[in-house]
Amino acid sequence: MPLAWLGVLPFLIFAFVFLGLPTVLVVIGAFTDANAHPTLGNFSILTQHNVLNAYQTSIAISGVSAVGGAVVGFLLAYAALHEASYRWIRPILVTFSGVASNFAGVPLAYAFISTLGFTGTLTLLLNNVFHISLEQMGFSLYTFWGLALIYLYFQIPLMVLLMVPTIQGLRREWREASESLGASTAQFWLHVGLPILTPPVLAASLLLFGNAFGAYATAYALAQGGINLVSILIGYFVAGNISFEPNAADAMASGMIVIMTFCILVFSVLQRRTSRWIK
Amino acid sequence: MSVATERIAPTVGADARTVPPAGFRRSRLAFPLLVALVVGTLYFLIPLLATIQSSLDEGRGFTFDAYRNFLRDGDFYRTISTSLFYAFLTVVGSVVLIFPTAYWVNLRMPWFRPVMTLVTFLPFVIPPVILSLALQQAWGGTGPIPIALVGTPLLLAGAYVVLSFPYMYGAIDNGLRAMDIHTLTEAAQSLGANLGTILIRVILPNLWPAVVSGALLSFSIVMGEFVLASLFNYFTFPIYLNYRGQNEPHVAAALTVFSFAITWICLGLIQLLSRRAPGAAPVATR
Repeated sequence: MPLAWLGVLPFLIFAFVFLGLPTVLVVIGAFTDANAHPTLGNFSILTQHNVLNAYQTSIAISGVSAVGGAVVGFLLAYAALHEASYRWIRPILVTFSGVASNFAGVPLAYAFISTLGFTGTLTLLLNNVFHISLEQMGFSLYTFWGLALIYLYFQIPLMVLLMVPTIQGLRREWREASESLGASTAQFWLHVGLPILTPPVLAASLLLFGNAFGAYATAYALAQGGINLVSILIGYFVAGNISFEPNAADAMASGMIVIMTFCILVFSVLQRRTSRWIK
Repeated sequence: MSVATERIAPTVGADARTVPPAGFRRSRLAFPLLVALVVGTLYFLIPLLATIQSSLDEGRGFTFDAYRNFLRDGDFYRTISTSLFYAFLTVVGSVVLIFPTAYWVNLRMPWFRPVMTLVTFLPFVIPPVILSLALQQAWGGTGPIPIALVGTPLLLAGAYVVLSFPYMYGAIDNGLRAMDIHTLTEAAQSLGANLGTILIRVILPNLWPAVVSGALLSFSIVMGEFVLASLFNYFTFPIYLNYRGQNEPHVAAALTVFSFAITWICLGLIQLLSRRAPGAAPVATR
């Protein structure tokens, strides 16, 4: 029986070397000081002005893009699956979502720069044809809201992919049963629809939050590091462009790991609850 | 995200039994939903179209100059080769590592599956930025084992294999569970096959669509991966895109179109392959 472990040993060793050991070192490093003594002092980095600002911005943009992505993604999925819409909408939406949820990163940033940047197609179109100047209206792609707009491009498709199986699991029979008992649309949603859908929607939103929180490439390509996010800050440290104590960087990274773990854990728990109703 | 795991919409079966009488009007799509569909479509199409337009027009009319620009640049070919090299390494390494392991777990250690799921999901919990910090501290030469892997191909390939874990394992595990590996294995063993033969000549041919799905996903990820390559100073294609893009928006647009094309092709191939069901009837019993 113990010999069976040989089969999984290569994988485990590999995972340890390239994932397990490094991660453990970071977490340990967060709780030790330069002399390898245990300490909580590293977390005081979180009170440093630019670090605090980075966390605030990261949380804000993750929250905004998660909520926006959740709402629009849910509506799109629901609209595509509604019995009154054309059958061909769903496969196109799902396929495109599969592709678009991978569009994040450098190409996406430049796609938006080509659209809404200073010499972007849409910017110029609005300027020359409709005489609307985005700049005068105070909109710039290279700000918080610009980045949030870009993040939606992969958040919405991710939500769609998560919601399609869930909404499909909302059985017609429940709607028919509730109508046969005299319930109105509002009552159906209040007593049947929302209670069933709330856990998966919440779970998916959390996943979206985590997804945005860990993102780096899109923000970097947009502003070359000019937007202050936790991921950018940690990246600066790794590249040697900013000096933190290594243990302080570990503390920041551990903070991020905690947030991501929380998101994924709650997501799993809520999904398990959902599968009681939606198989 | 596996596009292939959609269920058939419940309305398909239900409609067959409850066909409404002629003249019955289907309910209309509520206005907010219609708006969502329209706005959604515009939001997703416009950046794509704008990028294509920007790559073909530098303000002086239709031209392929932006494309000619990077196609004449030696660095373009250099970085594409580098990215392809790592993509190849990653796919091969990932398949070689995960396929036998997943087979073994499914065959002999099913109770180990939750551990596999946990380990292969860890890359979601450890975003690439954190992974780069962690790898630098572990293998930058100053870690507990003072070997400096950073800067060597092994490090980036190893990191990329880790990033491919969830997709490769997900695809292969699903594929294995859809086939009867116990029967296949026993049949092959009764004919005198050893483990290697079983894996390569019996299981793999049946698992091929799943393996290729995982491989294409991993390939697409590596071709687009920016964080690790940038922080560890490897000169790959996304780095090149970002480098050109800082000063030349139209060349950036052209390169972006090129990058999108790669992703679309990969995912299109996956779609094609997902239509084929994994081998249901073992070859040996036909």
